[in-house]
Amino acid sequence: MELAVLLYVAGAVMLGLGAVGAAVGVGVLGGKFLEGVARQPELLPMLRTQLFIVLGLVDAVPMISVGIALYVIFAVVPTAVAGG
Amino acid sequence: MAETESSSEYIQHHLTNLTFGRLPDGHWAFADSAAQAQSMGFWSINVDSMGWALTLGVLFVFLFGRAARRATAGVPGPLQNGVEMIIEFIDDLVGSIFVYKNDLIAPMALTIFVWVFFMNLMDLLPVDWLPMAAGWMGIPHMKVVPTTDPNVTLGMALAVFVLILYYSVRRKGVGGFLGELAFHPFPKILAPFNFFLEGVTLLAKPLSLGLRLFGNMYAGEMIFVLIALMYSSFWAFLGAPMQLGWALFHVLIITLQAFIFSVLTVVYLAQAHDVAEEH
Repeated sequence: MELAVLLYVAGAVMLGLGAVGAAVGVGVLGGKFLEGVARQPELLPMLRTQLFIVLGLVDAVPMISVGIALYVIFAVVPTAVAGG
Repeated sequence: MAETESSSEYIQHHLTNLTFGRLPDGHWAFADSAAQAQSMGFWSINVDSMGWALTLGVLFVFLFGRAARRATAGVPGPLQNGVEMIIEFIDDLVGSIFVYKNDLIAPMALTIFVWVFFMNLMDLLPVDWLPMAAGWMGIPHMKVVPTTDPNVTLGMALAVFVLILYYSVRRKGVGGFLGELAFHPFPKILAPFNFFLEGVTLLAKPLSLGLRLFGNMYAGEMIFVLIALMYSSFWAFLGAPMQLGWALFHVLIITLQAFIFSVLTVVYLAQAHDVAEEH
């Protein structure tokens, strides 16, 4: 297969798997957060801070793969198509 | 710019840094294209990222210094109010996470938070304004968001990593630090395996710190550029609402990423100061 086709598929796979991972992770995290707030509503501010911190950690690797995938799609493919 | 450029050329132009370095034939110049910038190898510097990062750092110091010098115990003005809010926020944050004695941590957390926030904030300016203005002055490429440059984010993460190592060795000694890597979490007989696991964890800290910020900001800027492409097509009327929507979401992202970078820095340094008391 041509190099450009493979690169596009690679970018798409990175984006897709990253999206699945981030969605499942953030969904579980949000569910636990809501459960915790339902049990003890007075802890809402503290739990919200912790939510954002853990959100950043869960989102890190999917975001890194999004960054790399967009770089591959928009910066690597044109140079591959032009130079080969 | 009289000639029309294709959409991928437009994207390429917006993704290219202004790189100054040594070309393969030996003389030093600004790179004309991404391929040329790559040929410069290690001896090149992204002048636009460095320039904007330093400018925003100086702006932060100037603003906060001005608020501090004009601080009054009476009714505060807006600048003093804003600066006080941020400082109290960082003070609470660091106080709850970092329980050891170190005068560097809170100012560093403040610097990281506000500086990264300012650098990320540049992403909210419309994509074409500053690069076009730079083009009129003869500068071929200009990326105004330093944190979309992995050099900047990984450089900051590397500085944090050096501090982690320095404080770990200072608190625990070289033997103590290496022992902590080798003897946790499995018993001493599995020392090489422990060392490998703990080594990976240790290296993952600066790498994830730098790349997390880079990935978020690069993806955000990329989407701004892609939506900006719509203005030249039939769907131009959709461009403004989409830019607005994405910019509103991005406001959350830039604050969150600045916050996470500074919180994780404080957490990692607190871990570095943590001397295990058992055995």
